[in-house]
Amino acid sequence: MAKFRKGGGKATPAISTASLPDIVFMLLFFFMIATTMREVELKIKNVVPEATELKKLENKQLISYIYVGAPSKAYRNKYGKLAKVQVNDKFINVEEGIRAFVDAERAERDEQDAKKLTWSLKVDEDAEMGIVSDIKQELRKASALKINYTAREKVKR
Amino acid sequence: MARRPLQEINAGSMADIAFLLLIFFLVTTTMETNKGLPRKLSEITDEPPPVDFQKRDVFTVLINSNNDLLVRNEPGNLATLCDDVKEFIKNPEDKDHLSRRKSEPKKVEFFGMVNYISRGVVSLQNDRNTKYKKYIEVQNELVRAFAELRDEKAKQKFGLTYKELEAIEKKGDPTAKAKLKAIRTIYPLAISEAEPRKIAK
Repeated sequence: MAKFRKGGGKATPAISTASLPDIVFMLLFFFMIATTMREVELKIKNVVPEATELKKLENKQLISYIYVGAPSKAYRNKYGKLAKVQVNDKFINVEEGIRAFVDAERAERDEQDAKKLTWSLKVDEDAEMGIVSDIKQELRKASALKINYTAREKVKR
Repeated sequence: MARRPLQEINAGSMADIAFLLLIFFLVTTTMETNKGLPRKLSEITDEPPPVDFQKRDVFTVLINSNNDLLVRNEPGNLATLCDDVKEFIKNPEDKDHLSRRKSEPKKVEFFGMVNYISRGVVSLQNDRNTKYKKYIEVQNELVRAFAELRDEKAKQKFGLTYKELEAIEKKGDPTAKAKLKAIRTIYPLAISEAEPRKIAK
């Protein structure tokens, strides 16, 4: 049997890493499908509340996001601790900003789509209702009536 | 020349490239939650509210700045809110303090003439200092009450829950759409969000 034992057969063979790319690609595809591109950089704390009766919003093109929450640490010195409204990377004030935002979002889309826009309110759970009510009031004035309170699925305990 | 055996291509760097892509996606993307409680705001009008309303038709839920509930002028409880709303809307024994029914029966597809459509409206009021978390909790309970009413009706008539009907409708079933509409007519989502006011503590 010595025939098969050629020189230095004792060394352990290298572990094949050929399947490693497959595994990594699998993970990669999972993340590509399950996640979405981050569109705005949040400058606020934004943990949406939990709820059970959730509906999924279908058409992503027809959603505009309004973020509300207390400024995160880096911005606290400049903007204080009270909840602020953020749209598209910048803070706005409710009185003029919402109106301008609604108009800008509508102008971006054609007339048909502009009517179907949903205004998704991503409000931090620690925010107070005052600012939310102000936003709702402004949206009503701009006749942007279709809103959505974004929430997370409640984990059953 | 002797044929050389095919040399295996070294795939070791493929993993590196895939890792690179993976990390790129991990960093630049988020698990976006596009779920929520959809709601329609009422239009701003100068018209006065309908005169036909009586006090018994309105189920007021008030959340004060301490996040306490006041349901129909009595201290309320989140746990019983859902059942209270269902009872209020259904009012099976036609009790005096619960919502009235619409005076004229309405023709609803699949159900024929329906005479038990409620006039009840749930009015949710809050203080400016109410926590949003609490507000959503209450909203959720209210929506759940209506969802359960619809489920009951759908189950009783069609043997499917409202959610299941919605799933069928999404596949493009026109009858499911009509069924959903009929149930929505019987139990409309009657939640009104009043403008907040400063409420004394």
